[in-house]
Amino acid sequence: MINKRTVLAAALVVAATSATAASRDYVSIVGSSTVYPFATVVAETFGKTTKYKTPKIESTGSGGGLKLFCAGVGIEHPDITNASRRIKKSEVALCNKNGVKEIIEVKVGYDGIAIANSKTAPLFKLSRKDLYLALAKQVPGAQGKLIDNPYKSWKDVNPTLPDIKIEVLGPPPTSGTRDAFSELVLGAGAQAFADLKSLRKAKGEEAVKPLMIKLGIPMSVYNKRGKKVFKTVAYSIREDGAYIEAGENDNLIIQKLEANPNALGVFGFSFLEQNADKVQGSIVDGVAPAFESIADGSYPVSRPLFFYVKKAHVGRIPGIKGYLAEFTSNKAWGDEGYLTDKGMIPMPKQERLQFASDVKNLKPLSL
Amino acid sequence: MADRPITTLDKVNASLARRYAKERRFRRAGLMAIATGLLFVLLLFTSIISNGYSAFWQTHVKLDITFNAEQLGIGDARDFETLSSADYAALIRTSLKKIFPEVRDRKERRKLYKMISTGAPLLLREILISDPTLVGSHHAIWLPADDDIDMLVKGQIDRTQPEDARRLNNQVIGWVDRLTENGVVEQQFNTTFFTAGDSREPELAGIGGAITGSLYALLVTLLLAFPIGVATAIYLEEFAPKNRWTDLIEININNLAAVPSIVFGLLGLALFINIVGLPRSAPLVGGLVLTLMTLPTIIIASRAALKSVPPSIREAAMGIGASKMQTVFHHVLPQALPGMLTGTIIGMAQALGETAPLLMIGMVAFVVDIPGGPLDPSTALPVQIFLWADSPERAFVERTSAAIMVLLAFLISMNLLAVLLRKKFERRW
Repeated sequence: MINKRTVLAAALVVAATSATAASRDYVSIVGSSTVYPFATVVAETFGKTTKYKTPKIESTGSGGGLKLFCAGVGIEHPDITNASRRIKKSEVALCNKNGVKEIIEVKVGYDGIAIANSKTAPLFKLSRKDLYLALAKQVPGAQGKLIDNPYKSWKDVNPTLPDIKIEVLGPPPTSGTRDAFSELVLGAGAQAFADLKSLRKAKGEEAVKPLMIKLGIPMSVYNKRGKKVFKTVAYSIREDGAYIEAGENDNLIIQKLEANPNALGVFGFSFLEQNADKVQGSIVDGVAPAFESIADGSYPVSRPLFFYVKKAHVGRIPGIKGYLAEFTSNKAWGDEGYLTDKGMIPMPKQERLQFASDVKNLKPLSL
Repeated sequence: MADRPITTLDKVNASLARRYAKERRFRRAGLMAIATGLLFVLLLFTSIISNGYSAFWQTHVKLDITFNAEQLGIGDARDFETLSSADYAALIRTSLKKIFPEVRDRKERRKLYKMISTGAPLLLREILISDPTLVGSHHAIWLPADDDIDMLVKGQIDRTQPEDARRLNNQVIGWVDRLTENGVVEQQFNTTFFTAGDSREPELAGIGGAITGSLYALLVTLLLAFPIGVATAIYLEEFAPKNRWTDLIEININNLAAVPSIVFGLLGLALFINIVGLPRSAPLVGGLVLTLMTLPTIIIASRAALKSVPPSIREAAMGIGASKMQTVFHHVLPQALPGMLTGTIIGMAQALGETAPLLMIGMVAFVVDIPGGPLDPSTALPVQIFLWADSPERAFVERTSAAIMVLLAFLISMNLLAVLLRKKFERRW
C-alpha cells in the first residue's frame, strides 16, 4: 500500500511539472453563456476544417470570463473571452495591471431579448414603460414620489392590456440577459417619467439631491452622479413574487410558459426562434421580435455581442489566427452565414468589414 | 358475576383492538410512504425514458453517391492530404439535385442541401480515405439527416401548426415525405451518440468524450481516494490513541462529509490550478477534487467496516503471537474489506454524478475532441447533461434525457455491484 502511494505521489509530481512545462496546442476560450452557442459552432467548424485542434470553450458568464482573461499572460490563462456586453474600464485596468496590455475587441453581432408567452394566450402588445411599471421594485406614485410597486394585474399598468395577473419568468441577477433586460427595458421605461429622466442626467450634489427628495429616494443611495442613483432605483426588480427568477436555463422557462398561459417569460431570441410553435414574442413598442427587426435596430430590446482576444497569445498558441479568420468570415457571420442559423443577428455589412479588417491587422482596443 | 373486580387481563383485552388498530395504521402509513417514494421514482423514470428513448435512433437518408474525382476536385492524386481536403459536400449536392431536379432557386437549394447533416461530408471523407480505390465508383450510402428533419420524422414537429410557426416549411416537409415514400428514410441505431464528443449539431453530438473524461477522473479518484481513505481508517481505528486530537480529527472528517461539494471545487481551483499550476478543465484536476470530496465517505465507511470485525478475532491473533500490524493486515482487514469496497463504490457513484465542483475547475466546457489522457481538456457526463439542457435546439431535449438514462444506468450498476459485493462477502458475527 505504501509503495503504491509513493509511486502515485511521484507520478502526480511528474504530471504537474510536465503540465506546466508543456505548451498548449488548443485555443482556450471562456466567457458569456449568450455568446457560447455561437462561439461553439465556429470552434467546431474550425476544428473540423483545419489541422488545428478544436478550441475549448467554457461558459463562465461575461464577468467571470473577463476576470479569468485579465488574470495574466501565459498558457495557463485563456486566449479569448466572450462577452454579451462591452468590456468595462475597470476590467481593462485589471488587465493592464496583470500584464495583459493589448486586447483586440471583436463585435460579432446582435442578440435580441424576447418577452414571450404561450401561443394559447393572447399576444401582448407592450411598451417599455408598461414593463417598467409592471416589474420595477418602486414606481412613481400619484404624488410623483416613488412607492412600492402596487400593480397586480396588467390592466392596472395599462388599461389596454388584458386583466391577467402580472407574472414574469426571467433570468437571475447573475445573468447577462438580466443586466441587458434591466438596462434596455427598465432603464428605458423609467425615462418615460420626467423626474427620473432628469435624475439620470443630473450631476453634482445640488442637482441630484433635490430630485432625490422630490422622488422620495432615501439618501442612503446618494451618489453625486445622478446616473448611479437612477440605476439603483430603476434597475431594481420587484421581489413580491410578480417576477420569478427561473434560473439561467431558458428551455425551462419555455416549458413553464407552456404550462402556464398567464405567465410571460424573458429569454434570448434564439430560444424564441427554435420554439416558435410553442411561444410567441410580445410586441414591444410596436415592433415584434424578428430577425429583420433586430438586425435593423427597430426592435428595442437587443444588445451587441463581443469577444476579446489577447494579442500577446496570437502566434504563441496555434490556431488563434485561424479561429479569428473563421469567425469573421462571411460564411460564419455573414447575412446568410451559419451563425444566423443558430439565431445570431448579423451586423450591417459595413461594420462587419470594419471589424474583419481590424482583426486581420490585430488592432488593439483603445477605450 | 356482574360485580367482579376488573382484572389486568380485562384491561388488556379491552385495549387490544385499539392497539391492533394503531399498529395497522402505522403499517399503512409506512406502506404509503414507500408507495409515494416509488411513485416519484416511477414518474421520474417514465418522464426521462419517454423523452429520451428516441435519441438512441437517428434518422438517416440513403443517397446515391458517385465518388466523382472531378467533383471532389482531386484530379489523379490519391494521397491523404488531397483526399482529406476534397469537396465531399459537392457529392451530396449532386445526389440531391438528381432526386429533386425541379428545385432551381438558390434559396430553395440551400434548404434542400440543409436536409443532410453537416457531418455527412466528413463521413464520406472517412469512407474514401479508408479505401481510395472507391474513386469513380457508385454507392448507395446512408447519411445522417439534419436535426430538424430528424425531429420531423420522429413526430416532434407539429405539422398542424401554421407554416411560419414551424422550423420546417411545407416545401421541406413535402421533400421529406417524398423521400420517405421512396423508402430512403430510415431510423437507425445512433452509434454517434455513444462514440462522438460534443457538437453543436445535435445529430453529431455524443457522450463519448464526456464518458472518457468521467472515466479518467474516476480512475484518478479511485487510485487516490481508496488507498488514502483505507489507510486513514485503519490508522484511526486500530493504531491511533484515543485522545483529544483523534476526537478532533474524527469530528472534522464527519464535518467534511457534509460540506457542499462546490466548496471542494473552490479548494481545487485555489490549490491545484492556481498554486500547483495544473491545467484547467483536465480530468486529473477533476479527479483530485472528487478525491477530496469522496475521502470522508470512504473513511467513514471503512471505519464502520473495521468496527464491525469482532474483537475476539484480534484477541485470538494477538494470543498466538501476531504483532499488531500482522493482526490488522492478516486478520482484521480481509474481514473488513467487503464493507470498505461497498463504501468506496458508493463514494465513486456519488463522484460520478457530481457537477458543482467541476464548474469551478473549468470542466463545464465545450470540448469536441475526445480526451486522450488525464491532462487533455474534457467534460464529465453530468456536465454534458447540464450543457445540453441549456441548448436551444429542440433535438437536444431528447439527447439530454438519453444522457441522463446512460448516467442512471452507470449509477444503478455501481450501486448494484455494491449490494452484490456486500451480499457475497459480508459476514455476520
